Amino acid sequence: MTAFYDGHWILTALVVLPLIGGAACLLAPEARAKTVALATTLVLFALSLPLFWTFDTAEPGFQNLVSIPWIEAWGISYAVGVDGISILMILLTTFTMPLAVAGSFSYIRRRERAFYAMLLFLTTGMIGVFVALDLFLFYVFWEIMLIPMYFLIGVWGGERRIYSAVKFFLYTAVGSLLMLVAIVTLAWIFQDGSGAWSFAYEDLVSLELARRAQLWLFAGFALAFAIKVPLFPFHTWLPDAHVEAPTAGSVILAGVLLKMGVYGFLRFGLPLFPTAATDPAVVNAMLVLGLIGILYAAWVAAVQPDAKKLIAYTSVAHLGFVVLGVFGLTTQGIEGGILQMVNHGISTGALFLLIGMLYERRHSRQIADFGGIAKVMPVFAFALVVVALSSVGLPGTNGFVGEFLILVGTFRTHPWIAAIATTGVIFAACYMLPMVQRVLFNRLDREENRALTDVTRRERLILAPLLALILLIGVWPGPFLNRTRASVEALIEHVETRTAGVASSGAGTVEVRLEAGLEAGAEAGGGE
Amino acid sequence: MSLGAVAEAGPGALSAGAAALAGQEGAGAGFHPVLPWLILALPLLGAAVNGAGAFLWRDDKRIPTIIGPAALLGSFAVVLVNFIAMSRADLHGAEVIGLWNWIVSGDLRIGVDLQFDQLSMLMCMIVTGVGSLIHIYSVGYMRDDPGYSRYFSYLNLFVFFMLVLVLGASFPLMFVGWEGVGLCSYLLIGFWYENRDYANAGKKAFIMNRIGDAGFLVAMFLVFTAFGTLDFIPVLEAADGTLAYGGALVTGITLLLFLGCTGKSAQIPLHTWLPDAMAGPTPVSALIHAATMVTAGVYLIARTSVLFALSPVSQGVVAAVGAGTALFAASIAIRQYDIKKVLAYSTISQLGYMFLAVGVGAFTAGVFHLMTHAFFKALLFLGAGAVIHAVHHAWAHGDGHGEGHGDPNDMRNHGGLRKFMPRTFVFMWIATLAIAGVPPLAGFFSKDEIIWYSGAYGYPILWGVALATALLTAVYMARLMVMTFHGGNRTFGQRGSAEAGRRLHEVPAVMWAPLAVLAVLSVVGGWANIPEALPLLPTVEWLHHWLEPVFAPAIAVKEAHGFAPEYRSPVGGGEALWAVISAVIAIAAVVATVRVLAPKPVPTEAEAPTGFARVLHDKWYVDELYDRAIVRPSLALWRACWRIVDAGLIDGAVNGAGRAARLLGWAGGQLQTGRVTTYLVAFMLGALLVLGVLS
Amino acid sequence: MAAALGLNGLIALFVSAILFSIGVIGVLLRRNAIIVFMCIELMLNAANLSLIAFSRMHGIEGQIFVFFVMAVAAAEAAVGLAIIIAIFRHYEVVDLDRFRLLKW
Repeated sequence: MTAFYDGHWILTALVVLPLIGGAACLLAPEARAKTVALATTLVLFALSLPLFWTFDTAEPGFQNLVSIPWIEAWGISYAVGVDGISILMILLTTFTMPLAVAGSFSYIRRRERAFYAMLLFLTTGMIGVFVALDLFLFYVFWEIMLIPMYFLIGVWGGERRIYSAVKFFLYTAVGSLLMLVAIVTLAWIFQDGSGAWSFAYEDLVSLELARRAQLWLFAGFALAFAIKVPLFPFHTWLPDAHVEAPTAGSVILAGVLLKMGVYGFLRFGLPLFPTAATDPAVVNAMLVLGLIGILYAAWVAAVQPDAKKLIAYTSVAHLGFVVLGVFGLTTQGIEGGILQMVNHGISTGALFLLIGMLYERRHSRQIADFGGIAKVMPVFAFALVVVALSSVGLPGTNGFVGEFLILVGTFRTHPWIAAIATTGVIFAACYMLPMVQRVLFNRLDREENRALTDVTRRERLILAPLLALILLIGVWPGPFLNRTRASVEALIEHVETRTAGVASSGAGTVEVRLEAGLEAGAEAGGGE
Repeated sequence: MSLGAVAEAGPGALSAGAAALAGQEGAGAGFHPVLPWLILALPLLGAAVNGAGAFLWRDDKRIPTIIGPAALLGSFAVVLVNFIAMSRADLHGAEVIGLWNWIVSGDLRIGVDLQFDQLSMLMCMIVTGVGSLIHIYSVGYMRDDPGYSRYFSYLNLFVFFMLVLVLGASFPLMFVGWEGVGLCSYLLIGFWYENRDYANAGKKAFIMNRIGDAGFLVAMFLVFTAFGTLDFIPVLEAADGTLAYGGALVTGITLLLFLGCTGKSAQIPLHTWLPDAMAGPTPVSALIHAATMVTAGVYLIARTSVLFALSPVSQGVVAAVGAGTALFAASIAIRQYDIKKVLAYSTISQLGYMFLAVGVGAFTAGVFHLMTHAFFKALLFLGAGAVIHAVHHAWAHGDGHGEGHGDPNDMRNHGGLRKFMPRTFVFMWIATLAIAGVPPLAGFFSKDEIIWYSGAYGYPILWGVALATALLTAVYMARLMVMTFHGGNRTFGQRGSAEAGRRLHEVPAVMWAPLAVLAVLSVVGGWANIPEALPLLPTVEWLHHWLEPVFAPAIAVKEAHGFAPEYRSPVGGGEALWAVISAVIAIAAVVATVRVLAPKPVPTEAEAPTGFARVLHDKWYVDELYDRAIVRPSLALWRACWRIVDAGLIDGAVNGAGRAARLLGWAGGQLQTGRVTTYLVAFMLGALLVLGVLS
Repeated sequence: MAAALGLNGLIALFVSAILFSIGVIGVLLRRNAIIVFMCIELMLNAANLSLIAFSRMHGIEGQIFVFFVMAVAAAEAAVGLAIIIAIFRHYEVVDLDRFRLLKW
């Protein structure tokens, strides 16, 4: 098994297989497209699982590395690999896709072939982003992703789908163009120093850049990532895109696409520009934006009449936590951030699936149209309550582990910000519980809701793995955390040694002692 | 420091049971918990089975009837075995059983570790013991409910989380239980979710608890930053050296922990959820909102007593809030008509006593009152449940007059139930006398100890408040008894007692038997800690000695900084004298209330109280204040964030950018006329320009 | 430069310039598509003339270019006239002011 599964071909297979599957979908008869898509995604998931088992938890660097020259004159290569930061993201993608496909079986009724082909093409882009170790390749995948998503929203979306699709596309494209400029500049700086062009991650990460250059280049990357996260105030594409997208689109958007922003910060933002990324001004700005995201998005979510929009805003709040953890720059914060990305993918993906199930039955997402559903849909109610509790971070569910680690980690370096962020757990209850109550509880006073049927066998099969993971990660997150450990510790060490090297920055004090941190926070708090 | 001896932290749980037997022979430090994981596993299993039953065998009530109480009784049996084993062993430190690693990240390690010491075992006894009785009672109370299986699932789950809270060996694991019981409370308050008010009450409880929980979380972060670990034993052992006495850090930690306590234990300012929580089934009110969950705050302070001992400011705050809440809630209880509301405010008031006790440093007294309160308040709630059950059934099984009778919880619809429910009547009076502090019942000993220590530790004002509250307690409880059981029956309005005689019956044995057990406990429970001043029984200071290993470090810290009880009250007199005085006050208050109220007609629902009585009846308008000052402005702010900031400013800017781009394109488009000649002219001019520049 | 070209060369260049200017003015001012087309041919031929004139000084390449230009002009004539005829068949006018076909 291990000999056969030496892993070197597996990442490439994960990238290529969906492309083939997508083409097969296009060629298949209309009625068979969904079967082909489901089979492809299931095979994909099965292929990716051994990645998890065979992952060497002690190895901080990349595993299953493959590098083949692509455009040699420019130093561009097809380089893929996996480490502790990307392993969970890849698995999250392959885990989400079968659910997204199965969740669309009865939702999508027209142009099925194209729909499933788009989903699969999207998968190629997503996995590509997570495995790419060449900045040019990364950029290609990053942009490829946009196109299927654009069509998913624009063709199979709701009433305002065109507006939302264009908004989504332009918002993200604007950010990524600046990133392209930054990538090319980086490669050019490398060529300036070494004489040869290279876009390879390992080459560029070894560059010692001046502080000023780092700040500019970081800004180029950061904008692209901040839009993708999305950080306040770049978040407004998200609610529109979520509301209009079909269920599968929302699930993938929340489950995978949003992770790319934070993944980008971890993979590129921090290691490539350590001085910039640990600059107190930058760190404080990112933390404050994350904090605003947590509180502000929770507030806005609490007053949404549309269930899907509400969940979309909760994504902003959850990702705010993740950003907080990452820029807190502690082991706990970053590990918690990575885990929380997985958690968010599971719980928010599940929420979108559940709301999609309601929409299929009632053709409404307005919270006010429901009430008392628990009476007629008890299994649905059970699932929604569990998922909602995971979303508000109840201990025993996965959400708590992630949030706790993020907050405890961030608290060590930025106690005031973490303390304020902790109030986010209150507001989480303020948006989630009223929604649950108004959908599931209260009197069943609408006639049309009486005839609602409980979740079908197919829907149960979709929900079961999600619920199982929510509880599993909640009580035993060890297998997930220990796969990230070596890479995260290496990352922090890399950032710290690098910043210590740049004498002018003075941002090397990552481990601030509590008192010092409290004082600094008090000053910052007074200044706001 | 006697909190020592971290036992094997590895997964040695399964083998621990066998080792326990061997441990008993080797007297000394030989205590090994027997099957410790089973204590938790049984209720969890019960919850799972009953939960599955709620979907699979909805109408079959046999399985939940057996599984629900059996899970608890089994758990109680294991606890009992361990309790006896522990009392035989000479255990000074805590015994920690590690099950598995929960969260490991960097230098943070949180294990699923169970801590067995005198305090946690005592709590386990209360939780599983009282819990078992209430489970049995529920079999009768919930018999006709369509959500029978779901009910037992929640109740089992609650006990599981409560045990996690009690046994957790670290702050985070305790927090799991802490929020878990909050979840079950939420689910059970909103158990009859079709009623919007009930569902709202559940939501309110959860959110108010979360406010406290946020404090708990930040306290944990501070602890971790200061100590580098979150396990109780190392933190508490190192606390005295690590944290400066009275320093900002320890004060911050303890005040934040106390914020958590105010949420969970319904103290001012987060007390408003508990009266609303009476929306849940009455056994739930007895178990969760009287005997166990709401005392978690007291347990937390007792568990972290060393930290609190290090911060005199926090101690003062805890004591003051406790005493204030005790008086405040008691004053409201005097003017309530809903029998459960009276008991709810009574609970808040009694919890205030407990906080007063742990606040002044009388940790044993706080835990003692926690225990006795669990007995008599559970009894009161279950008795009230019996009354409600009887009235409800009398109305529901009537001859078509079932509609429009009103609220079975309202004491104005009771009266004279003594005749119809003699057993409940007796049990309720026992509990009433116990809570009022009439000797030799349980409440007398525990409450008197609290009052005594608040004076002895030098808090004269709080001592006075505590005494006044004791008086009020006797008054409102006697009023409850008079309105419910004495006088004429009002259940059937004008049609009088003939109807009532036919319809009102004593509850079945499955319901009154647990009452009987609790009544016995309410009598003898206080004898566990007879004060030295009144050596009436051989169990003098038994509880004190039992808990000594747990509280000794805290007491040592206090004494090292000059906080020792003076053994005299603020106005003179010894413990025995004041015990007699408070007993006399309690008896006098009960007798006087009965004498005054019994002959008076009970006001009808139309007669609204006026003046100050109205303020008390309307609960000091705290809910209204919160609604106007916090809830509504918050919602307005949130709406503004959405409509103005999000849709207006940010999206306005985004869409504005789009519009600007389109405008620019339109302006450029105007240059394109479509006529060849225009283009040619432009081309020619351009060519000339280029030539001109080049040459 | 004048010496190298000689008088005949200079005359040829002047003629070329005049022809080109006539062509430009015709293209800009006339509205009949056929005439505009002819003027474009005139400009091409003016360019041919100057290429030949310069080839005296710089060698044979200029004359080779002329052949290219003539070939292109022939092709252009064929395509251009075909377009004009197509337009005429459709609209029955060849007045350039009447067409805004290049807009959007």
